[in-house]
Amino acid sequence: MFNWFSSSNKLAPVDRLVKSHQLRPVELLPWAAAIAAYFLFDSYLPLGSQILIMILFAMSLDLVLGYAGIVTLGHAAFFGAGAYAAGIYAVHVSGEPLSGLVVGAVAGAIVGFLSGLVILRTQGLTLLMLTLAVGSLLGEAANKASFITGGADGLQGVSIQPILGLFSFDLFGRTAYVYCGIVLFFAWIFARRLVHSPFGRSLIGIRENVTRMNAIGSPVRGRLLTVYTISAAIAGIAGALLAQTTQFVGLTVLTFERSGEIVIMLIFGGIGRLYGAFVGATLYMIAQDQLSEIDPIFWEFWIGLLLVLVVMFARGGVLGLLDRAIQRWRRRS
Amino acid sequence: MNEIFAAAVSILFHGLAYAMILYIISVGLSVTMGLMGFVNLAHGVFAMAGGYVTVTLMNDYGMPFGIALLVAFLVIGALSMVMERVLYARLYGASELEQVLFTIGLVFMAVALVRYVWGPLPQRMTLPAVLSGQIDLGFRTFPVYRTFLIGVSFVLVLTLWLGIERTNFGAQIRAAVDNRRMAESLGINTRRLFTLTFALGSGLAAFGGGLGADILAISPGYAIEYLVYFLIVVAVGGLGSLRGPFVAALLLGISDTACKYLVPELGAFFIFLAMIGILLWRPAGLFGRM
Repeated sequence: MFNWFSSSNKLAPVDRLVKSHQLRPVELLPWAAAIAAYFLFDSYLPLGSQILIMILFAMSLDLVLGYAGIVTLGHAAFFGAGAYAAGIYAVHVSGEPLSGLVVGAVAGAIVGFLSGLVILRTQGLTLLMLTLAVGSLLGEAANKASFITGGADGLQGVSIQPILGLFSFDLFGRTAYVYCGIVLFFAWIFARRLVHSPFGRSLIGIRENVTRMNAIGSPVRGRLLTVYTISAAIAGIAGALLAQTTQFVGLTVLTFERSGEIVIMLIFGGIGRLYGAFVGATLYMIAQDQLSEIDPIFWEFWIGLLLVLVVMFARGGVLGLLDRAIQRWRRRS
Repeated sequence: MNEIFAAAVSILFHGLAYAMILYIISVGLSVTMGLMGFVNLAHGVFAMAGGYVTVTLMNDYGMPFGIALLVAFLVIGALSMVMERVLYARLYGASELEQVLFTIGLVFMAVALVRYVWGPLPQRMTLPAVLSGQIDLGFRTFPVYRTFLIGVSFVLVLTLWLGIERTNFGAQIRAAVDNRRMAESLGINTRRLFTLTFALGSGLAAFGGGLGADILAISPGYAIEYLVYFLIVVAVGGLGSLRGPFVAALLLGISDTACKYLVPELGAFFIFLAMIGILLWRPAGLFGRM
C-alpha cells in the first residue's frame, strides 16, 4: 500500500528517524495548492499574499514554540521590527526589494538576539511576561518615535522598485503573490532542513526534557538563543514582505493582538510539525476574510470559541485531527 | 519650590489612586496563580465585566454606586465560580501553553460579547453628586472620587489582609499556597478552597473594575489593554503573595503617573524597561519564593 503520510512506516524506529528528512509526496501538496490558487482565484491574490506572509510568520513561530517549546506572546516584536526596518529602508535609502528583505531579516535577528540574550535566562510565567514586555516595549517605542516611524499615522510613502529591476508590483497583486510565494519556498526549505538536522533534534530534546538535555551536556541556552535568533530573522522577513507588498507600515504590526493571532493560527494548524503553519494560517485568514464580512461583530467570538474547543478536544490542531483519523482508518482496514 | 511640591503631591495622589485600583484587580490573580499555578490571561475579563455591570446598574437603573459595586462583586463572583468548576478545573494539570490559549479564547469571546451588547464605545460613568467635585483636606483640595476610591481601597485591603492572616479560611489558603500536598494530607479540601478563592479573586476584580471605571475606562478593549498591567503587578510582586503585588502596584501606579506627567514623550516605555530589569534581577518577583 502506498503510504502518504510517512515514507517508512514499516521500518524500525531507528531507520525511521534517520530517514525522516526524506521528502514525502504529501509535503509538496501546499505548493501545488499555492500554484493552483494563482490561476483559480485571480481576484483574491492580495489576500493570497497576506496568507503566504502569515504562513511564513507562523512557521517562524513554530520553530520557537513548536520545536523548542518556548511559550511566547511577543513574537510580533520581530515581525514589526522587520516591517519597520524594511519600510524605513525603502523610504530613506532604497526601494530595492531584495536588499529590503535582508534589512528586515537583520533587524528581526538583532532584536531576537538581544532580547533572547536577556529573556531566555528565565522560564515559565516570567519568560512569558518578558516576551510580552519586549513586544509592548517595541510597540511603545514605535508609537513614540513618530519622527521616523510615523507614529499612530503609520509609515507613509513606502515605494518599492521592480524586483531585480524586471518585475514591478501590479495593481492586481500578481507580482506580490509570486514574490511572497518564492520567499516562503526558500524559507520552507531552510526551516525543513533545520528541524531535521541534529540541531533541530536537540531542540525537541530541550522541549521534552530540559533537565536531561542539560545533564547530557547539551548547550541548552546557546541552542535556544540560536533558534530564537533564526526564528526572529524569519519573522523579520515576513514583516518586511508585508511592508513591501502593502507599501505601508502601521502600529498594528507590533500589537499584542498580532502576537496572539499568530499563536492562534499555529495552534489551529497544529504545532511542532512545520505544516501546521500552512494549514492554520490559510484557514484562519480565509475564515477571517469571509466571517468578518458576514458577521463582523461576532467573528472574534467564534475564533475564541474555536480556540477553547481546540484546547479542550483537539490539542494537535487540524493536522493532529487528520493524523488521528488516518490512524483509525488504517487500523480498521 | 511650592510648585514642585504641588506637582509631587499631585503625582503621588493620582498614582496612589491608580495603584489601589491595580492592586484590587490584580490581587486575586496573584493568589489564584500562586495557588493553582494557572496562567489566567482572562482575569481582566472579570474586571471588565464588573465595570460594565456597575456602570449599567448606575446609568440605567439609578442604583447607588456602593450597591452597584456590591452587586457586581456578587454576580461576577458567582459567575466565575461556575466557570471555574465547568471550564478552568479541566485544565489545572495542562501545560502552560494550553492554559494561555484557553484563556485567550475566553478573552476573545468576552470582548465580542461585550461589544455586541454595549457597543464599541467606552462607557461613561455618571458619578453621584456626592462624589463629584473637590474636597478640602486642609493644605489643598483633591477630587472627591479619587479620595473616596483610595479610602475604600484601603479599608478593603486591610480587611483582606486581616482575613488572610487571622481567619481559619485564610490560614487554609496560606497553607495550600505553601505546600498543597501537605495541606491536603491535613484534611483541607483544596478543590473547594480553589473554587472559593477563585470566586473571591474574580469578585474583587469586578469590584475594582467598577470602582475604577473613571480611571481605567470601560470599553471592549479593556480585557486586553490593561491585561499587561495586571500581569506586571503579579509578576513583579511575586506569585501567591499578598504584599508583593501591593508594593508592585504602588511602584507601577506612581511611576507610571510620574512618567506620563513628567516625560510624556516616553510614555509607558520606562515601565516595560523597569519590569524587564526587575524580573532579570529577581525572576520570581520582588516577594516571590524561588
